Amino acid sequence: MLSYALRRLLGAIPTLLILLTLAFVMMRAAPGGPFDADRELPAQVKANLEAKYHLDEPLYQQYGRYLWDIAHFDFGPSFQYRDITVNDLIASGFPVSLKLGGASLAFALLFGVPLGMVAALRQNRPADYAAMTTAMLGISIPNFVLAPLMILLFAVYNDWLPAGGLGSWQNYVMPVLALGTAMMAYVARLSRASTIEVMRSNYVRTARAKGLSARRVVWVHALPAALTPVVSFLGPAAAGIITGSVVIETIFGIPGLGQFFVQGALNRDYTLVMGVVLFYGMLIVAFNLVVDLLYGWLDPRVSYS
Amino acid sequence: MLSRRILLCLLCATLGVAACSSDKSEQFPVKNTPAVSDDGTATLRRGNGAEPESLDPHQARSVPAANVLRDLYSGLVEIAPDGEIVPADAESWEVGEQKLVYTFTLRDNARWSNGEPLTAGDYVYSLRRSVDPVTGSPYAQLHTPIVNANDIIQGDKPPESLGVRALDDKTLEITLKSPTPYFLGTLAHSISYPVYRPAVEAHGAAFPQPGNAVTNGAYKMASWRVNSMIGLERNTKYWDDANTAIDRVEFYPITNGNSALSRYQAGELDWATKVPISQYDAIEKYIPAQLHTQPTLGVYYYGLNLRRPPFKDAPELRHALSMAIDRRVIVDKITRGDEIPAYGWIPPVVEGYDGAKFEWTTLSDADRNAKARELYEKAGYSEDKPLEVEIRYNSGEGNKKIASVIASMWRSVLGADVTLRNEEWKVFLDSVRQGATTEAYRLAWIGDYNDPNTFFELMNSKFGLNGTGYASAEYDRLQEKQAHMPDGPDRNKVMKQAEATLLADSPVIPIYFYVSKYLIKDYVKGFEGNPLDAYYSKDLSIEP
Repeated sequence: MLSYALRRLLGAIPTLLILLTLAFVMMRAAPGGPFDADRELPAQVKANLEAKYHLDEPLYQQYGRYLWDIAHFDFGPSFQYRDITVNDLIASGFPVSLKLGGASLAFALLFGVPLGMVAALRQNRPADYAAMTTAMLGISIPNFVLAPLMILLFAVYNDWLPAGGLGSWQNYVMPVLALGTAMMAYVARLSRASTIEVMRSNYVRTARAKGLSARRVVWVHALPAALTPVVSFLGPAAAGIITGSVVIETIFGIPGLGQFFVQGALNRDYTLVMGVVLFYGMLIVAFNLVVDLLYGWLDPRVSYS
Repeated sequence: MLSRRILLCLLCATLGVAACSSDKSEQFPVKNTPAVSDDGTATLRRGNGAEPESLDPHQARSVPAANVLRDLYSGLVEIAPDGEIVPADAESWEVGEQKLVYTFTLRDNARWSNGEPLTAGDYVYSLRRSVDPVTGSPYAQLHTPIVNANDIIQGDKPPESLGVRALDDKTLEITLKSPTPYFLGTLAHSISYPVYRPAVEAHGAAFPQPGNAVTNGAYKMASWRVNSMIGLERNTKYWDDANTAIDRVEFYPITNGNSALSRYQAGELDWATKVPISQYDAIEKYIPAQLHTQPTLGVYYYGLNLRRPPFKDAPELRHALSMAIDRRVIVDKITRGDEIPAYGWIPPVVEGYDGAKFEWTTLSDADRNAKARELYEKAGYSEDKPLEVEIRYNSGEGNKKIASVIASMWRSVLGADVTLRNEEWKVFLDSVRQGATTEAYRLAWIGDYNDPNTFFELMNSKFGLNGTGYASAEYDRLQEKQAHMPDGPDRNKVMKQAEATLLADSPVIPIYFYVSKYLIKDYVKGFEGNPLDAYYSKDLSIEP
């Protein structure tokens, strides 16, 4: 398995390189630059700024310079935030996004999988309908509708939770609910569908025929196989949720990575955008690898040689 | 079904009770929880719009950055709560006979936050740094009145040739090219703040960071978390520290107006700077004492590209379009935040100047529309041959609504055929600067100091971003003349002539003047509105 993991990681390098190149080209192709503002800069000042950030060099040279810096894990200075480097920005945003994303993921799994399984085991009965309606609501209500409603209910009209910012675990409750509800709904539907399928399979029938208790059949034999589609959904979803949701971060004032994507693009902050894009790419590669390794663990029929 | 019903019931019950209750505190709850700890440490929590792009006074460009810098640094002069320019680091100054030489005497007890004395040499270093093209300051042009500043900015002369000198440690001499009535106002701007040389030389771009920063204002840097909070704490070495009541200031970069309001209502903010328009009526109804409105130095306008049709060589058309806009409808029904309709170019709140207005300002709506149609026809357009024009604006809800309303006014009053085009900010700026495809475009201008010149110079043909291509020798002459006259009735006359020339040529259509809106809790004392939006936390106090 180790050699498999290593091969995957090495194979990811060309992918990341292509990603970086695409990001570089697209950012430079967009009209407008980082120093454009409604207050015109004097020509000499603008020339100096461009020289300082190497924007006056030919593109291939800037590209090469950037790759060299990346190889040394230096993502460069931010064009928009003049006092801070991109490394520092990502370092300050990533732990927050990780906490928020991780908690949302945990919430989605802890509530979604049992909900889906219960629905599958009581298929076409009231419990099933209840569970799937909840799931439908979770998917349909956009998180930017849910979030302000929750703020009104829990923070403004009552005094149960803080309305925003970072502080203690209470600051995370509403954002996690807002982010995690839709994912929980997807997970519930996925696990319901796969549980139904698994319960009809031959090995489960064998287990039942052998006289094992219902609980053992479900939790030991059916669950791992039912989790497979959930796990494959999780790979990219985890990366996505950890790099943040701009809307939730803006509503709750949470300093995560998501805002950097949008602000960076709008400000033409080349280095910041390429930095977070590359970071996101690395996360996706890592999570996809984890997901594939998990398959091997969950499903004995899968093997890596 | 069951869980959903319970949740909905809970939601409705809470909101329903709130809605039905006649007690206003239930309808629009606002928690009054000042952040005063048991040992008496008072913290002021301010909402601050966006994250500052830099806390280097010479690099800062935005209003949120200026707000933080005003608490961190102190200049030669500052803006008093009533808007007047008063001594800060300089305890007094003398102006030479010909109004060219300013000699400032710095306070003996002016210090940096690390205890070192503040000297005139610090100001010389900092002023030179602000105009040095290597620094890359977006506001260096504010210093063009100083001898050689312009040449230095263009890169033709070294920064050492700037007309500032330290006669001794406590005496600073600044020499101007010509008398400049608004010069003192520019010294209160962050571009004129001193920076601590050893920190800049040791840390470079990172010198504003906590741990590196040494400042001379009422507060010093304590913490900075991007997109979360900037924390300042009392600077005990500040010369006026005895009069500073608030111990800590926290700035929260909240961009969304509704989020800011929620946190204000929940008691997490003492001062919110973004007031959502959708809630404006409710705020006026339930908490009017906490709403502070202040006309400011800002104008929202449409620029007309004079370099190409349809506005090239078409003064009657430009006037017709300006007249056909009912500005009252826009401020009453669209922006709905007590904005001031603009019938001139200079905001009425500007110090000591009573602006010129369009000649047709006092006409009734019917008369004005009739006159507009007359001019429209004179320009060669009619029902069979309507004007085809495009309004371009940068993305934003407000801009879109206003553009739609103006388009419908032009259609109904004149019969013009209007298309709307929305572009993302940077793309939009590019289009305006190039002027190859723009016709009518939306922009705004916020003044840098409290003098009409900051609005006049925008329309000078040589000024940086002149998207209209307006180049009137007469206007340039009048504008440059008033910029160098001492304040008084003569200067006012020239200013009025300049403004009248501008309004007669009509390269721009001013629509409304900005009004700042703040929500400030009752327990925050000492707030007085001023047109520059220049507020210092040291002038405030918290009384729970």
